[in-house]
Amino acid sequence: MTDVLLEVRDLHVEFRTRDGVAKAVNGVTYSVDEGETLAVLGESGSGKSVTAQAVMGILDTPPGKITSGEILFKGQDLLKFKEEERRKVRGAQMAMIFQDALSSLNPVLSVGAQLGEMFTVHRGASRKEAKAKAIELMDRVRIPGAASRVGDYPHQFSGGMRQRIMIAMALALEPALIIADEPTTALDVTVQAQVMDLLAELQRELNMGLILITHDLGVVADVADRIAVMYAGRIVESAPVHDIYKAPAHPYTKGLLESIPRLDQKGRELYAIKGLPPNLMNIPPGCAFNPRCPMAQDVCRTDVPPLYEVTEAGADRVSACHFWRECLNG
Amino acid sequence: MAERKNGAVAEHLNAPAGEPILQVRGLVKHYPLTQGILFRKQVGAVKAVDGVDFDLGAGETLGIVGESGCGKSTVAKMLVNLERPTAGEIRYKGDDITKLSGRALKAVRRNIQMVFQDPYTSLNPRMTVGDIIGEPYEIHPEVAPKGDRRRQVQDLLDVVGLNPEYINRYPHQFSGGQRQRIGIARGLALRPEIIVADEPVSALDVSVQAQVINLMDRLQTEFALSYVFIAHDLSIVRHISDRVGVMYLGRIVETGRDAEIYDHPTHPYTQALLSAVPVPDPEAREHRERIILFGDVPSPANIPSGCRFRTRCWKAAERCAMEVPLLAVPAEFRYEAGPAAHDSACHFAEEKQVVPQEPVEPPGEPTDGSA
Amino acid sequence: MPEPTPPEPTPPERPLPSMPPGPHLSGGGRAPEDGAIAATGMGGAMDLATQEADSLRKPLGGPDGSGPQDKPRSLWSDAWRDLRRNPVFIISGLVILFLIVISLWPSVIASGNPLKCDLAKSQEGSQPGHPFGYNGQGCDVYTRTVYGARVSVTVGVCATLGVAILGSVLGGLAGFFGGAWDAVLSRITDIFFAIPVVLGGLVLLSVVTSSTIWPVIGFMVLLGWPQISRIARGSVITTKQNDYVQAARALGASNSRMLLRHITPNAIAPVIVVATIALGTYISLEATLSFLGVGLKPPTVSWGIDISSASQYIRTAPHALLWPAGALAVTVLAFIMLGDAVRDALDPKLR
Repeated sequence: MTDVLLEVRDLHVEFRTRDGVAKAVNGVTYSVDEGETLAVLGESGSGKSVTAQAVMGILDTPPGKITSGEILFKGQDLLKFKEEERRKVRGAQMAMIFQDALSSLNPVLSVGAQLGEMFTVHRGASRKEAKAKAIELMDRVRIPGAASRVGDYPHQFSGGMRQRIMIAMALALEPALIIADEPTTALDVTVQAQVMDLLAELQRELNMGLILITHDLGVVADVADRIAVMYAGRIVESAPVHDIYKAPAHPYTKGLLESIPRLDQKGRELYAIKGLPPNLMNIPPGCAFNPRCPMAQDVCRTDVPPLYEVTEAGADRVSACHFWRECLNG
Repeated sequence: MAERKNGAVAEHLNAPAGEPILQVRGLVKHYPLTQGILFRKQVGAVKAVDGVDFDLGAGETLGIVGESGCGKSTVAKMLVNLERPTAGEIRYKGDDITKLSGRALKAVRRNIQMVFQDPYTSLNPRMTVGDIIGEPYEIHPEVAPKGDRRRQVQDLLDVVGLNPEYINRYPHQFSGGQRQRIGIARGLALRPEIIVADEPVSALDVSVQAQVINLMDRLQTEFALSYVFIAHDLSIVRHISDRVGVMYLGRIVETGRDAEIYDHPTHPYTQALLSAVPVPDPEAREHRERIILFGDVPSPANIPSGCRFRTRCWKAAERCAMEVPLLAVPAEFRYEAGPAAHDSACHFAEEKQVVPQEPVEPPGEPTDGSA
Repeated sequence: MPEPTPPEPTPPERPLPSMPPGPHLSGGGRAPEDGAIAATGMGGAMDLATQEADSLRKPLGGPDGSGPQDKPRSLWSDAWRDLRRNPVFIISGLVILFLIVISLWPSVIASGNPLKCDLAKSQEGSQPGHPFGYNGQGCDVYTRTVYGARVSVTVGVCATLGVAILGSVLGGLAGFFGGAWDAVLSRITDIFFAIPVVLGGLVLLSVVTSSTIWPVIGFMVLLGWPQISRIARGSVITTKQNDYVQAARALGASNSRMLLRHITPNAIAPVIVVATIALGTYISLEATLSFLGVGLKPPTVSWGIDISSASQYIRTAPHALLWPAGALAVTVLAFIMLGDAVRDALDPKLR
């Protein structure tokens, strides 16, 4: 039940651009168990999506390049696979849900055809079987009147319905791992709640691992089991969700939690993390967060902090801060 | 407080404390749908905004929330005269500005400025920051004498927290948050009294959002501004607003002071909306009641009869299809003073707490900013 | 206030508002306040130097959050920087520069007279002093090819200018104002698109008796403007929807300000690209029309005329045909390559 499904070890990804080399991912390490939801939290440019693309094997190379690291899926290093083997894993064993459902669906094919394709390609199903399967899937993601809408085209569905179709497509072959990259960011709140609920329910039902990539601390609190917070291409903190919200052990996590306005209270002035996220072409030496950190000391400007085991305030958590203890307590 | 009469332009029950600087009455914007190539025949209308009333007091922030397609951005555009209303009035200090043109319109525009959502398309990429912020002075030369403009622009840059030396840079050399500051500086240049901000932080990263919101907060006091703050993020709206209007399909369905709306909502749509917002507190997820609405928002070209929310409402009854509910204090709360007694356009309004009431202490020691 | 301050105490790189604001103002023409000398007391140049030193010391994209680190760069200067590095641009640019020079001063490289012919030397091949040989009329092919550049370049440039101005003004206004004017203009461009160029040229130009290049240019403008007009209209409509145009309107900007200050600079790039590429095609169109006998007429010296007259001797004296045809091909190619390079540099999607 709690077998490790996916383990990313010390992953490094670079992008070669006209202006230089951007280090998008600098040693990311995280793992997902079967049936677990890991939320990868980060702002734009933190490397959260690039890591996911590397795991899926859909990174654009060039300009992207995985320079080192391991991606262990069910104990096997995917980076050592041939492209052909990799393709078999993709779709059948792990699937991805993207933010923009409209551009992820082919506008000239009916949704039934796109859903059915999964079965004809991977399972060798006949057209008739594929159509029946497509209807079944659409039912499963609760699209009303699935049988009559199976021939409709993506533009005939609303945003929320399209995202359901994306989920259906990801679930089609009952993969062991789903990566959802900002699945509800483009949706309205009321629809967002519907889609998130659906995703969580199906995940429980199928006991899948789920990597939820998001910038929304609220969504994370609602569905995640564990959180990995990313900053400038590194994991800065990773912990069970309850512990991290109660007592963050990294100043960046702490700053993020304090900087969001809350629905249930009329705040004073918001805490704001000073400055801007770093340029990935030129990440500050030492701890990448040091120029914005209120606790930064000399050692932070010179030494890259390792992932310290956080022994207080909960188990099974790490923090990449030299002063995690001070952060926890103050 | 006068009781609101059907159709009549009456005092708002939730009128702002001071003298309203802006009064909006019966604001309507319909976009005609036409058919035919040579002879355009109108076959219908997209009712983007379909009868909106509100007041904005001097120095106050009115938040307007709603989902995409509810017409909130169209309201913003009408307030700054980028769109002409199909019907209704926008009274600035008592005078209707919807019919103005030429010199009179230009004069009013000085006082009502806008901050746009997307910092990447709202700044002309071919102009320097100095030219962008200085443009208002070229259009309204009476505001600042020519020789003084450069200094004014640099002052503005400093006010919004940017280095005044970057006056000769181009927008693409700045990050999103910095660009939004430039947009705010441009909005401030003419010293307006009202700023209409259409989703000013939704394109920004979380850590930068807080900086920009704090900046807007500070500028409000410093320049005695009134804000109309339009957003889909309910938490941000609560943070910044004194009063809130909730829009659904072209109309305001509920309006009141922020605590009235957030802690004592009476309209089912507001309740559903609030209950759907993810709260950044994992402890809350077990004991939170969530109202999951069915289906999607109907098309504004084909609005349901009666109450426009009835197609998704769990309380909908026959009356809702027949009778349009008015935006007024519901009968059951009318004679009690209390937070539930605020305008709500529902036949079956009742109080329901959907936002968890025991706020969890924010982690760590509260800090009052970083600088 | 949460506004970031520099993480380490550095010399005042960011003047306070009450202080005179740094080097940019030193030539600003503003009456100086008291203490008009810059904050460091060492004048603008020193300030600039300290600032640079500072920005060198700090990492790029640095954390102080007060602004971008590099020098001011407009999109045009970025495009120019790209172009300078692009070998395609350099080669085509040099070819075009050479063409312009020889069309202005053909005598620099050709000392002869293109109209001086000697029938006795008809169809003779290459010989010392006359590297390209002689054509059917006994005229020096080298001299005529050099002199022919002038007509080709003039026709190309004038026709392109005319097309670009007429097309972008009409298309731009239609795109900006929309409505009935736009509908009428779109129908008119459709009509012009329906006219086959060569056939139209045969019909229209055959009734013209003037032997100057202007009827040909006029004809090209007449048939060419709808193409640019469409591009300009589309480009203006796209640009018009940008928030910065809305922002200007909300400020109370007049139509002319929005058009000139906001829309034109942002909408002009596609027009420039298409016009540059079209320039090459106009040069070849001139040759085509002259070849067909309705374009330029002797004694004008033009590649088209030469190709036309040499075509009857193609078996006996192919050189008389190949040299002007080659010159034409190189010229057209150069302009099309230039257009490609310019498009790459201006294409916002690559930015």
